[in-house]
Amino acid sequence: MADTQHLKDLVTQVRRDIVRQVHAVSSGHPGGSLGCTEFLVTLYNEVMDHDPSFNMDGINEDLFFLSNGHISPVFYSVLARAGYFPVSELSTFRKLNTRLQGHPTTHEGLPGVRIASGSLGQGMSVAIGAAQVKKLNGDDKTVFTLHGDGELQEGQIWEAAMYASANKVDNLISTIDVNGQQIDGSTEQVLALGDLRNKFEAFGWDVITVEKGNDVDAIITGMKEAMNLTRKGKPVCILLHTEMGNGIDFMMGSHAWHGIAPNDEQLAEALRQNPETLGDY
Amino acid sequence: MKIYENTGSKDTRSGFGDGLTELGKKNENVVALCADLTGSLKMNAFADNHPERFFQVGIAEANMMGIAAGMTVGGKIPFTGTFANFSTGRVYDQIRQSIAYSDKNVKICASHSGLTLGEDGATHQILEDIGLMKMLPGMTVINTCDYNQTKAATLAIADHHGPVYLRFGRPKVANFTPENGAFEIGKAVMLQEGTDVTIIATGHLVWEALEAAKTLNEKGISAEVINIHTIKPLDEAAIIASAKKTGCVVTAEEHNYLGGLGESVARTLAMHHPTAQEFVATQDTFGESGTPAQLLEKYGLNAENIALKAEKVISRK
Repeated sequence: MADTQHLKDLVTQVRRDIVRQVHAVSSGHPGGSLGCTEFLVTLYNEVMDHDPSFNMDGINEDLFFLSNGHISPVFYSVLARAGYFPVSELSTFRKLNTRLQGHPTTHEGLPGVRIASGSLGQGMSVAIGAAQVKKLNGDDKTVFTLHGDGELQEGQIWEAAMYASANKVDNLISTIDVNGQQIDGSTEQVLALGDLRNKFEAFGWDVITVEKGNDVDAIITGMKEAMNLTRKGKPVCILLHTEMGNGIDFMMGSHAWHGIAPNDEQLAEALRQNPETLGDY
Repeated sequence: MKIYENTGSKDTRSGFGDGLTELGKKNENVVALCADLTGSLKMNAFADNHPERFFQVGIAEANMMGIAAGMTVGGKIPFTGTFANFSTGRVYDQIRQSIAYSDKNVKICASHSGLTLGEDGATHQILEDIGLMKMLPGMTVINTCDYNQTKAATLAIADHHGPVYLRFGRPKVANFTPENGAFEIGKAVMLQEGTDVTIIATGHLVWEALEAAKTLNEKGISAEVINIHTIKPLDEAAIIASAKKTGCVVTAEEHNYLGGLGESVARTLAMHHPTAQEFVATQDTFGESGTPAQLLEKYGLNAENIALKAEKVISRK
């Protein structure tokens, strides 16, 4: 296994960015953001072939669509630190006239964002369209999506899942953030999702499970496996088991930090647990 | 009076289908999506000519709107096709977030709009779609009046960058606008100049407005008839100029009077030149089963009622 210390350092810095963004405006969604930090850092810095100079059409680039738009703090931090826009702009998160809206949008022209998301369940359909156009254009790159597990309660996801396999959209890798939590409680309590592997397999997808979804090395292994499954006639689903609030002990193990910002003392404690690595914005 | 001749009744949806066929040949970036209504939308020729650019989505309109949005990433110009009800109300949030707010170049093409889809009844007869679509920031809203104009509009919207709602219908109606005529988005078409009353119509009721003008002429009333094919952006200058000339207005549309063309005209006049106005439209009601002609008569969406409303609004001057 290659040395992944640089990714781990970036993960720590992105965690700091997340809690500092939401603390500054006393709003936003730290829990799911922290749970997906390792995944998005790895995707943008180890897996995807992408160009931070940003062109909306993304020809001959891998593309990523964030479907669960409320985890915008991690998305913005990863994009900024990949070079899409200045890291200093993270200080404008959710403030008036910002390009970093509460939920991601193309409307303000923020580089790196190709679709608005926030109203759940729409990103897989969008990604399928982009993936089919890649094939039409003779572009052999891959399209990635991320979804919350609670988001799978939206019916449009299953319309899209059915379509993707029926049309052999095999240049698509959709990752489900399986943290078992949503706003009102655990997914088991709110609306049980059942056996997700069986569901996606029944819909004609190849399914990979990454048990350690907050472990950079495990994510790299899982993504390689997923990439090897593409272009074989089926869309690919990754069930990424994560811990909501990962990396900050008092935010872990509950849905309580889905959409709550830390206060001053909690921020200090969160930052103490994640020492600065690459420089705060 | 100008005389308009029906060159042979045709359905407006065939204008869309034939326009799409032509687009398929001349613009390789045009792709088409349909939710299990290919025949009804007259998309068969495009699907046969360009199977690689035609996407059968099945009965899943929400997914269709999302896929269409995604297809713009990579430079395609997607045309979606289904009934007006399933093109708007059923998928409002998908259009709002993934298309309108995301500034995606998607053309939402909707057949079987209004009462005139007929016997299927109210579940399929949306009378609220113009209102829904015109409220979305950045959305262009077009409702064409005959086969020739629908074909011309289909060609024109491919060259317009931005989301468009194109509304047309099922029944055969008079075809009277010029063949291969120019279509300018946002530009009113003056069909009949007059001095006593202005009739502003859209869609299938434009022909009815011309018929009403004939009746009025026989009574010595000079009616001006304007075809508003683009409800948003609205040609306010044409409306204001005509209202200043005639002093009263009748609007006519196959839509609820709440949220339709009539309200857009009323807002324009209230702001710039307050003018008496009567509305030929459905009165905050659902539709029902019946033949198109029966329904238009029952709900007062015909030449006879337009003429009555014209006389009424003249009396209010």
